[in-house]
Amino acid sequence: MKISYYPGCTLKTKAKNLESSALACLDLLGIEYAELPRWNCCGAVYSLSDDDLIHLIAPVRDLIRVQEQGFDTVLTLCSMCYNTLARANELMKNDEVKRGTINDFMDEEPDYKGAVKVVHFLDFMRDEIGWDKLRDKVKNPLKGMKLAPYYGCTLLRPGDVSIDKSSNPGIFEDCMKALGAEVVRFPMANECCGSYQVLGNPEAALKVSHEIITDAISNGAEAMVLTCPLCDYNLGHRQEEMLSRSENAKGLPVFYFTQLMALALGAEPADCNFILNRKISLEFLKSKNLLEKAYAQK
Amino acid sequence: MSDTIPVVIKAKLIPIYIMGKKYEVPETLTIMKAIEYAGYKFIRGCGCRGGVCGACSTVYRKPGSYKIMSGLACQTVVEPEMYLTQIPFYPALRSIYDFEELTGKPEEIFESYPELFRCVACNACTKVCPMDVEVMDYIAALKRGDIKAAAEISFDCIQCGLCASRCMGELPQYHIAQMARRINGRYLTPAAEHLKTMVANIETGRYAEEMIRLKAMNTAKLKEAYQAREMEPATGGEDWTPKEKIGL
Repeated sequence: MKISYYPGCTLKTKAKNLESSALACLDLLGIEYAELPRWNCCGAVYSLSDDDLIHLIAPVRDLIRVQEQGFDTVLTLCSMCYNTLARANELMKNDEVKRGTINDFMDEEPDYKGAVKVVHFLDFMRDEIGWDKLRDKVKNPLKGMKLAPYYGCTLLRPGDVSIDKSSNPGIFEDCMKALGAEVVRFPMANECCGSYQVLGNPEAALKVSHEIITDAISNGAEAMVLTCPLCDYNLGHRQEEMLSRSENAKGLPVFYFTQLMALALGAEPADCNFILNRKISLEFLKSKNLLEKAYAQK
Repeated sequence: MSDTIPVVIKAKLIPIYIMGKKYEVPETLTIMKAIEYAGYKFIRGCGCRGGVCGACSTVYRKPGSYKIMSGLACQTVVEPEMYLTQIPFYPALRSIYDFEELTGKPEEIFESYPELFRCVACNACTKVCPMDVEVMDYIAALKRGDIKAAAEISFDCIQCGLCASRCMGELPQYHIAQMARRINGRYLTPAAEHLKTMVANIETGRYAEEMIRLKAMNTAKLKEAYQAREMEPATGGEDWTPKEKIGL
């Protein structure tokens, strides 16, 4: 099968390790994909104002581009892009009045009725590949790794775009288990990382992300896997700030789940792109004797 | 072989509205000539008259349609009942930056033009562009840091500013694109080796004597030398070289 792929802006700048590793996985699994030509920003967040249709123009236009290319499904990697595109699609499918207004406004494009299916890399793996087949393709099992899958908000909420049960989901755990890892469940796996509060109220964001990291560590996690560049920033890149403020705070390696999947499937080190992760993440791979397989010196 | 000026004996007169006032103008004229025919005189907002300088952008509408159309006045022929006005200049922000200080990172564009992220992908810019540049697409490319793509997509831009005039996010798209093209040319494209050689040739005085000789000539002599210059014959082929090798 061949699928339309929507990268999102952050994957082209700050989160290249999310994209390169995920595409390597698709290659190794024999999935053909085509990056959408002429895509624009997804809108970054789904606007919660009821009468703010202009902010739906960007995601709907992307969905029209998918349809234009002859695809019925679009694959996303960033959970924020997934959420924004999927919710815009739901609205176009279900709200006749707003659909009409949006289609009238975009009079240079064909009318759109929500026919494209928006999927995230995780539910695509579950539904199109299946965990058994994924397990069969593993060359370097993530043996002895105690990984805490962190969902955050946007893969699970609101319910109509959730990739699994909104509360007590298991899709992320199943995926990491298929790769050979030991999974650590922790209560804050579905809590918000602080998200864009990092811009307006960085202290509040740091407080909640620190709690999440502490929760994962105290439940026995050796590393965290996540799906979203903004979660990665709050939970990963801000750890230096967390450590500098608390005497007994410990650091936690953070990875995009696709990086460890690529490593497990035997992708090239350059595609795993661990060079873009923090030092603590590399030390973790070294402690598991996977650094040589995973890391190419530049 | 003298140039001939085609004379239209009896062009039909059609009504057009310039800034809301009705004029009867010959249907064969461009908007620019029609405005002059109607009695206006351009002292600015008229440059090359050849469709490349971007000084004479027109916005217009045809009867019975809400669509705002655009064109270059020097290139667009009048149509009956069109309502039009000229937008010779647009007061969009143009950031000041020290080009030598740049390194070619997308963040440098983001810092100069943070309003880039006010784009909501409404596409009004692309719809109004008289050069059919996919303006929204190059803005989308820049948002994801792809300066090279933005430079290529915006290549035909003539800096008329109509995109900015229609933008609900108040972006100065054409100035942002110009910065992208400059960065692309200077920092992201490999330098041309032959240019270095040519500059070195000039600096070491290879052409100095020839320049002195040319500068000493009067107009008649210059014309004569120009007419007598050696030209590559049509059947020259790839191996042809001129007798005078100094320019190689």
